[in-house]
Amino acid sequence: MAVRHTMPPHGVAGPDMPGPRQEARHTLHYVSEQKHDWPRVRLHVVTGKGGTGKSTVAAALALALASHGKNVLLCEVEGRQGIARMFDVDPLPYEERRIATGLPGPDGSPGHVHALHIDPESALLEYLSMYYKLGRAGRALDRFGVVEFATTIAPGVRDVLLTGKVFEAVQRNSRNKKAIRYDAVVLDAPPTGRIAQFLNVNNELAGLARMGPIKSQADTVMTLFRSPRTAVHLTTVLEEMPVQETTDGIAELHRANLPVGGVVVNLVRPRDLDASDLEAAREGSLDRAAIRSDLKEARVEDDNGLVDGLVEEARDHAERRALEDDQRALVGELDVPTYELPRLAGGVDLGGLYELAAVLREQGMA
Amino acid sequence: MSSAASSHARSRSRVGPLAESPASSLDIDALLDDPHTGIIVCCGSGGVGKTTTSAALALRAAERGRKVVVLTIDPARRLAQSMGIEALDNTPRPVVGVHPAGGGSLDAMMLDMKRTFDEVVESQATPEKARQILENPFYVALSSSFAGTQEYMAMEKLGQIHHDAQRDGSYDLIVVDTPPSRSALDFLDAPERLSSFLDGRFIRLLLAPAKGPARMMSAGFGLITNALTKILGAQVLRDMQTFVAAFDTLFGGFRQRAQKTFELLQADGTAFLVVAAPEPDALREAAYFVERLSEDDMPLAGLIVNRASPVPLGSLSADEAMAAATRLRKLDPESLTAGLLRLHADQSRMVDREARLRERFAAAHPEVPTAVVPALAGDVHDLDGLRRVGELLAGE
Repeated sequence: MAVRHTMPPHGVAGPDMPGPRQEARHTLHYVSEQKHDWPRVRLHVVTGKGGTGKSTVAAALALALASHGKNVLLCEVEGRQGIARMFDVDPLPYEERRIATGLPGPDGSPGHVHALHIDPESALLEYLSMYYKLGRAGRALDRFGVVEFATTIAPGVRDVLLTGKVFEAVQRNSRNKKAIRYDAVVLDAPPTGRIAQFLNVNNELAGLARMGPIKSQADTVMTLFRSPRTAVHLTTVLEEMPVQETTDGIAELHRANLPVGGVVVNLVRPRDLDASDLEAAREGSLDRAAIRSDLKEARVEDDNGLVDGLVEEARDHAERRALEDDQRALVGELDVPTYELPRLAGGVDLGGLYELAAVLREQGMA
Repeated sequence: MSSAASSHARSRSRVGPLAESPASSLDIDALLDDPHTGIIVCCGSGGVGKTTTSAALALRAAERGRKVVVLTIDPARRLAQSMGIEALDNTPRPVVGVHPAGGGSLDAMMLDMKRTFDEVVESQATPEKARQILENPFYVALSSSFAGTQEYMAMEKLGQIHHDAQRDGSYDLIVVDTPPSRSALDFLDAPERLSSFLDGRFIRLLLAPAKGPARMMSAGFGLITNALTKILGAQVLRDMQTFVAAFDTLFGGFRQRAQKTFELLQADGTAFLVVAAPEPDALREAAYFVERLSEDDMPLAGLIVNRASPVPLGSLSADEAMAAATRLRKLDPESLTAGLLRLHADQSRMVDREARLRERFAAAHPEVPTAVVPALAGDVHDLDGLRRVGELLAGE
């Protein structure tokens, strides 16, 4: 169900304010609650170049997925405590915590978002006690610096531990009676440049451990990652470098046989001008006299060269929009579902996350 | 800092909210022109334009008469091409197209982390031993993806270039771009971390069998080897021991080099520039950098805030603009002026928010001089673009 989505007009258009004119590009795709683009996916991996807002997108996606009493787990693996900051809660321990109510569905019933901060040391100790019953030896390993050694010298080992914990949360079954079973897991993953390497754990490990238990653990994890139950979504902004990196990232994921999900175009500029106005703005042929009389009609005083300012802002905006359109065309050629999130001028606070979650759901990502 | 830029005297006044920032403004040209500035390190989180900033600073310094080399980590393809450094050969190459008016020059290179590491091993060990190390799977993993290796190698290369430049006078200014670290710590801690790691307790344990059977008898070690064999398999443990034994002789060299690089960074001729974007995460990282640099006695020259939204003209506030747009849309849903007013409101809100973020930073770190660089419409991929960024950095 690879539909191209368009983003709703900028801001929230109230009933008394008709939405701004918009270029007719694609038909807006409405989806019902149950039907979205990724019905089989249990593990949503969200990556993106630094500065594109991948953590924001991961959080918004988790909120969007958590409706109708569904439980969603949002994981982070890079030790940044970004989830705690975004949701305004205390720093997260290595323990699942319920942090937010999901975005309610059409019938008004929400689900819950839980969060987990995965660090390799805790994951290793848990792994040792779970699979090897290494209570005492595990602590001895820690004392002798083995845990630090294993988690620093061999990045492959570190990634197996991080992804292994994610795997456990996705595959959790009735054996573990106390633990919550999640309908979906969203992973705020390492950046695009490192994502294929990060997920392709058994490849990374191959040079170090050709056989043995850690290798078979890696193999099991890979079976999930390569299955249709996983989707790797890439976050980008409409600028040259991030789009290039997204293209490269998708090619790399394909080469590693990892399932590519959608592309989330983040921080999209408002679309308050139509194509002909944009062209006029670029050419400097906007009708200043008409603008001046409009301003008068709206009872705005034209002091300090307001008209000049508006025209200048429009030209700058039009230039950037043209560059955005070039990049949007490139994203369109990627042949994956795309979603667009607006740039929120006031920044993304908790309320902003719900706003973005609603946009994602409206476009069928969740 | 004496200003050799007096011939370039210009007004640095700013308008709008930029002028209200409590932080003093960072005089880039004075920094570049000061003959005592020998090393400039640009650091900050990923995606804030560090590479472009480093290249632009280097070009500007070269065109103002300095003999400059810029060490970049991962430039965008087209920028690398335009600087003639798309090939990774770990050697500085002259950049074509630099205006030679001031008698300066610019070389550039892209860091090949693994090559740099290999070179260190080759220079420190006998050919036989070096080969043994280079082929070991643990070395391969360590040299290509150890967290912090890239940071460490950037510093290693800086040390080498600085050493060579001191000897033959090839450069009088080195500009270093730093890798987009997961955390600010990686970059400053990498040398210390690598050496303390190599000196760790577990490594010494691994070495023990090679040094005498007595250690093997210890109960702790038996417990550990058993556990490790169970988890990793016996072959991994053997590879690990081979690697550690082969690397053992290099430990001292590494520690010494790490210490020297650290001292070089602390020296007066070094200037750190923290690069950020006007976003909460990037500024939080920047604050962290600033604190770390001062803790470690590293000479901080200032903060560069890239990608700032352009300040709108006129004094119409965001709320007033939105209200007016609403009134106009009621009369004409297609109103162009309403669209312009909404854009103005959006722009004003962005600018207000960014100014607030910078003010917060400045309130916590009032001593850090700051330069604010407005966002360019497009990406930079040629020397003209870098020149423009250089001008903006200098407040022109």
